[in-house]
Amino acid sequence: MPKLIKNQDIIDDNYQLLETAPAADQPLPEGNLLVPLADWLENQQRYANHQGSVGVWLDSHEEPELLASQVQSLPVIAINFPQFTDGRGYSTGRLLRERFGFLGELRAIGDVLRDQLFYMARCGFNAFAIRADRCIDDALNGLKDFSETYQAAVDQPQPLFRRRMQAE
Amino acid sequence: MYIYDQYDQTIVDERVTQFREQTRRYLAGELADTEFLPLRLQNGLYIQRFAPMLRVAIPYGMASSKQLRKLAEIARKYDKGYVHFSTRQNVQYNWPQLEQVPDILAELATVQMHAIQTSGNCIRNTTTDQFAGVAADEIVDPRPYCEIIRQWSTFHPEFAFLPRKFKIAVNAAKQDRAAALVHDIGLYLVKNEAGEIGFKVIVGGGLGRTPLIGTVIREFLPEQHLLSYLDAVLRVYNRYGRRDNKYKARIKILVKALGTELFSQKVEAEWEHIKDGATTLTQQEINRVTSHFSVPAYEALPATSQQLAQQLADDPNFNHWYQQNVNAHKVPGYSIVTFSLKPTGVAPGDVTDKQLEAAADLADQYSFGEARVSHQQNLVLADVKQNDLYPLWQAAIQHGFATPNIGLLTDIICCPGGDFCALANAKSIPIAEAIQSRFDDLDYLHDIGELDLNISGCMNACGHHHVGHIGILGVDKKGEEFYQVQVGGNAGSDASLGKILGPSFAKEDVPNVIAKLLTVYVSQRTPEERFIDTYRRIGIKPFKEQVYAKAH
Ligand code: HEM
Ligand code: SF4
Repeated sequence: MPKLIKNQDIIDDNYQLLETAPAADQPLPEGNLLVPLADWLENQQRYANHQGSVGVWLDSHEEPELLASQVQSLPVIAINFPQFTDGRGYSTGRLLRERFGFLGELRAIGDVLRDQLFYMARCGFNAFAIRADRCIDDALNGLKDFSETYQAAVDQPQPLFRRRMQAE
Repeated sequence: MYIYDQYDQTIVDERVTQFREQTRRYLAGELADTEFLPLRLQNGLYIQRFAPMLRVAIPYGMASSKQLRKLAEIARKYDKGYVHFSTRQNVQYNWPQLEQVPDILAELATVQMHAIQTSGNCIRNTTTDQFAGVAADEIVDPRPYCEIIRQWSTFHPEFAFLPRKFKIAVNAAKQDRAAALVHDIGLYLVKNEAGEIGFKVIVGGGLGRTPLIGTVIREFLPEQHLLSYLDAVLRVYNRYGRRDNKYKARIKILVKALGTELFSQKVEAEWEHIKDGATTLTQQEINRVTSHFSVPAYEALPATSQQLAQQLADDPNFNHWYQQNVNAHKVPGYSIVTFSLKPTGVAPGDVTDKQLEAAADLADQYSFGEARVSHQQNLVLADVKQNDLYPLWQAAIQHGFATPNIGLLTDIICCPGGDFCALANAKSIPIAEAIQSRFDDLDYLHDIGELDLNISGCMNACGHHHVGHIGILGVDKKGEEFYQVQVGGNAGSDASLGKILGPSFAKEDVPNVIAKLLTVYVSQRTPEERFIDTYRRIGIKPFKEQVYAKAH
């Protein structure tokens, strides 16, 4: 089974990622599924009847606003990083957490590499499907690059300037 | 000057460790070239024509004498004994070894310096007026706000992988010396009718292949909202900026595509959600950072010095230098001195390790141990007593800083061009030198008066050619180097983009073309007019006719 970093640990990934919408006339694969956003929005009834858990994945250009009112019903939301240089997913992550109050697993998928993890974690991601050709144990170290940060973000809602004041 | 506390120091130290590890993984083959590229760029490390180039941040241009000495030491130890001051108020090393960059960063960290975000598709070093804090025409000191922006932008997790690089400039004086209108975001510090401090927010300016003057999206942003508003602008850009074509990925293209109106609506809508959150600045924080830029221990002095008046009367060379390189200071009895890094025959902005150490000593002796870098690639001592100007000038002569050409034709802004830069279409440093050699008569230069001449080696416009009163752009024609000339650009509060004169010129012809442009100016000007004013009055035609007239 593929591995996943979740909550600073390496665990088995027990979701199956469906890159495209499954055919309407075929049964859904068994087990837990991560399905494309548009498909999920269109076929909610079908997924509500599914035996396993169902999460949704968004591509980098897709707008989290489309999920706004429904995030609480999802156990997992995954954001695709088609290239690690495509930074749209960072904004998506923050919006899901800070604006829409998503509390479940927020997973980074796609071109996910060690040197992006620290930023991703700050933007609310708590799960990382590391690119298959990379060492996941090594990637785990990327979460610890810094012990201090300036800005407010999901992991630390108080910017340093407010914390400095309290420390004085 | 801002002094790090343990938090700032921790972040910079951890960065050194992080980059050392990234470099190790790259050299060990664990990171592909394409993966290392954005990581090294976010640390100002380019792979250039001959060697890597390392760009070190000088936040908003402020450096202590201790920092200057460290830069000099690094130049000696890891490079060829000189550094290059750039139009981004940064310094560049042209010959470091990749393997040694982590050690250079570790040395920089000992004097509270770094190379964070000096390149790459992230928020770059914020720039400002080199006379910030001492200019008489200033509304409020912009440096605390620059430092607040520096901290906010340092490793901003949401904006480390933007569609493209992102540059912010802050100006607080009547006269814009920060070229704020040609930045991704320009911030003008202003006071409203109630006397409250805030920002006029300008977006979408920039040079490069699509040069544009920014447009105002908000007339007055109260100061406490600075960071949340920047968050909103950046978020809109990060989400909706183009990523399919790197030449269309700057915020200026998004602003242009949406129109200023719609763009600002999007920003305001985003801001509504976040405006009163924890990122709202506190007065306490503004005060804390401002206290680092407190007024130095100025002496109470008469507004004008008798001694200086006498020295100016006695020594015409000193007078010349004073007229050109010294500016009025807001405190009585003090002056602002600009050291010219543009003597003929030296690449504009280059200084040796020895010169840098001399500048550090002079800063200690005469200017509270601080210096600034200007975006025109010169060095400024901002707090010099009028009675010290004469000895300072004499010392400046010894160290090659006293060329009396600030603001004149030979004070050329010039990119590294084909001598160093892998992207160049043509060389720019030899063109600057040819122009400086041709116009070496000080009286003539003085007579021509204020003139910005800017040279870029390609359309990326690192030398700001679009906003030079005269701009020169290196172009490639069938493998040969040619130069296109533009006139009418300006970087100040009344910014304008230059217009192309016509067909480009061979290298040898460039000084002659400049001479002809000046002839038109001299024959047409009214007594008070600068070159740019005359151009604006008479238009491009007379210049064009003179330059392209057939010889007979
Ligand atoms: C030597 C290596 C350098 C490289 C590879 C390089 C690369 C570039 C590139 C690709 C651009 C175009 C960005 C755009 O699309 O707007 C650019 C713009 C710019 N660079 Fe450089 N540059 C170098 C050196 C410098 C130096 C030495 C300076 C300062 C003297 C400088 C300052 C600037 C500025 C001010 C711009 C204008 C961009 C704007 O305002 O839109 N660069 N550079
Ligand atoms: S303008 Fe072009 S040639 Fe000059 S430094 Fe920039 S990229 Fe290089």
